[in-house]
Amino acid sequence: MTEKELVEFRAEVAAWFRDNAPDDPGFLLPETFMEVGTDEQFEFLRDWQHKVYEAGYLGMAWPKEYGGGGRPQILQDIATQEMAKARVPFMTNTIGLNWAGPLILKMGREEDKKRYIKNILSAEDIWCQGFSEPDAGSDLGNSQCRAVRDGDEYVLNGSKIWTSLGTYARHMILLARTSTEGSNKYAGLSYFLAPMNVPGIDPKPIQKLTGEYGFCQTYFDNARIPADCLMGQEGEGWNIAMVTLTFERGATGGQAGGISSMELTVNDVVELARRVKRNGKPAIEDPDVRRQLVNFLIESKSNRLMGVRSTIPALASEWPTAVMMSGKLRASELNRRLSRFALSMLGANAARFVSDEATDGGKWQRGYFNAFSATIGGGTSQIQKNIIGERVLGLPKD
Amino acid sequence: MIKFTDEQSMLLETAADFCRNHGPIEKVRASLDADDIDRGLWQEMSDLGWLGINVPEEYGGLGLDISSIVPVVESMGRYLLGSPYVSSVLVAECLASCGSDSQRSEWLPKIVAGTIGTFALTEEDGSWVLDDIEAVGTVSDQTLHLTGTKMFVTDADVADLIIASVKIDGAVRLVLIERNQIPPGNLSREVVIDQTRRSFRLNLDGIEISASQVLAGSDLKAIELNSMLMLCAEMSGGLTGVLQVIVEYLNTRKAFNRLIGSYQSLKHPSADIVLSLEAAKSHLYYAATLVSDGDDNAETAIRMAKAQASEAFAFAGDRAVQFHGGFGFTFECDAQLFLRRALWCQYQHGDENYHCRLLEPLLLDQAV
Ligand SMILES: Cc1cc2nc3c(=O)[nH]c(=O)nc-3n(C[C@H](O)[C@H](O)[C@H](O)COP(=O)(O)OP(=O)(O)OC[C@H]3O[C@@H](n4cnc5c(N)ncnc54)[C@H](O)[C@@H]3O)c2cc1C
Repeated sequence: MTEKELVEFRAEVAAWFRDNAPDDPGFLLPETFMEVGTDEQFEFLRDWQHKVYEAGYLGMAWPKEYGGGGRPQILQDIATQEMAKARVPFMTNTIGLNWAGPLILKMGREEDKKRYIKNILSAEDIWCQGFSEPDAGSDLGNSQCRAVRDGDEYVLNGSKIWTSLGTYARHMILLARTSTEGSNKYAGLSYFLAPMNVPGIDPKPIQKLTGEYGFCQTYFDNARIPADCLMGQEGEGWNIAMVTLTFERGATGGQAGGISSMELTVNDVVELARRVKRNGKPAIEDPDVRRQLVNFLIESKSNRLMGVRSTIPALASEWPTAVMMSGKLRASELNRRLSRFALSMLGANAARFVSDEATDGGKWQRGYFNAFSATIGGGTSQIQKNIIGERVLGLPKD
Repeated sequence: MIKFTDEQSMLLETAADFCRNHGPIEKVRASLDADDIDRGLWQEMSDLGWLGINVPEEYGGLGLDISSIVPVVESMGRYLLGSPYVSSVLVAECLASCGSDSQRSEWLPKIVAGTIGTFALTEEDGSWVLDDIEAVGTVSDQTLHLTGTKMFVTDADVADLIIASVKIDGAVRLVLIERNQIPPGNLSREVVIDQTRRSFRLNLDGIEISASQVLAGSDLKAIELNSMLMLCAEMSGGLTGVLQVIVEYLNTRKAFNRLIGSYQSLKHPSADIVLSLEAAKSHLYYAATLVSDGDDNAETAIRMAKAQASEAFAFAGDRAVQFHGGFGFTFECDAQLFLRRALWCQYQHGDENYHCRLLEPLLLDQAV
């Protein structure tokens, strides 16, 4: 596509989001897909995703035959950027769009693609992820939830935890143990595209640190799912889970696109510094605030520029995978520290929480707490640093 | 937002190969505190045409802008190569923009051919504010009498021309001093932290030059920003080099029957360092792009790059020493070479605190 066509396309998308941005629903919206806690939030967000898909701005580069747009990836990237700029609500089916979907397109059978892809895009089928367990989070390979073959079904027992969107999901990407034999803990794991609406599967909401809801503990009590839910072969679960995680962390492309959270930018914090007072003066005049804002501006620019530079192969460093492998770590940690810093500008009012009296209704306090969703979910920041140390730098395992 | 042409890619490849071949660490060690520059290296660099990259074509150069030098300097930094390269290209740059026609036609072709240039800007109080100087030039007839003292004049003993800043009638001006105008005894070697640098103190007292040796322009800010861009390139290269030293040791040294790289208190800071390198390299080539485009935001980009890289490279050098244990405390360990380079670069033309302070108004006090 020519530069001119791209510019025109960008303008078209920007205009669409401007004209179609949903009105304020009158209730507090979640900030990420991991925090959808009420039916009204969910329905609002599902309808919004549906509308964006119908307009053609989601799954633009996915194959047409399964419901995608069949167009160049660059167009989806532009649409996603404009979505973020327009500050519209996020795409709630993130797990379907950005990890289950690309996984199915890459490794699924033809019938899976036909069956699942379109409904992922339209938000007709919400997907959730059953990886973590009460005793297996960072050490995911230690998963114990059982799947035992019985005729043309698998019988599930055990539980998964921190299941985002668990109560709204129709399907789950599930990592379960089909065997306790094998040379190591990974050998007995298998991967399922499992239905949620079968007897014996029971997602129970868990309250978050903010007091809201958003994830569940999902119990399996002799739940029977069709045997053809198995992806690949028995015992291939670990490898498929690892592929899933590369999509989840954005370390490879192929996702449907769209934003999955309301992004907090450093400019939002600069803007806050202009309008709040710290000890009687605009916070932006406080020398400590100024210094820290400059540091955050540099860091946020670093992240942006890394993305730009990584598209120029000649400018790769001696560790060419570093930028791709660190996207989640860099963005989530910056976001957490930025939100925490924002509180520090509010003086005594930093100690408020979501309420009318709080600055911006308590958005900053809630935002800070919710920022941990991304520094913990999808592999904690500590685990991400291990990954960078081991896979990018080639250091030995712990 | 970041532009990198095929031409620049080719130069980067050549430079990386060249510096790898010239940069075994033993060779760098042999050059520490040396009495002369590595003449062979200098000849080869000039044969490659690197001294003319940013010199206008009419004077025998390639006519590219100063940002085109970045890949060369980054590669040199990677292997800790020291030479009067950066000072010479910056002098050429300064003459091309501030010199008179006759100064340009006299000196630029010579620099392309290997004549060495350097700057005498900093004074005894170590201020980074370049017009904050005491050195003076007094005109009588057609002669300029200089007084004052300059520090950190690199490779001054081998330089054929030195551009110095002095106050003439209260205004800061740049003057061009030729080697034969410096009485013996006015130059003395300084002991500096980075032993790959050959640094001199230049006593201006008693130096007399012709009034025609005053440059027409005196754009100190351009000198400052160009110098910073080059330092950022050296730091990006140096960060790469020091991280390789760290990774290699973490993958070979054992403690408690484990490779030390398996300990997270070493592994995680190493991960931080690689990300700080990625950031430094990104800021560097972004700043280079803006310089090349003549963009108004180049100053902001360069100061950001200098602030980030100064902090990052010094941190990496510091950790490199610690991660080598007792060996890290030795002169023999290469970690110190990089730490010394990092500190030199950090404290030339402003450290991170200085630039963050200057960035505050640039970033915070204009409409968003
Ligand atoms: C908001 C949210 C949504 C989530 N959604 C989902 C979901 O939809 N589906 C799903 O399957 N999971 C989900 N998760 C779970 C998430 O992936 C896990 O919480 C995460 O992988 C950490 O596992 P854990 O909770 O068991 O913590 P642990 O593994 O017990 O970790 C505890 C602490 O120890 C540290 N630690 C552990 N191992 C190491 C090590 N080797 N080196 C250094 N430090 C270590 C961790 O960094 C952490 O700080 C979600 C989590 C959150 C917070």
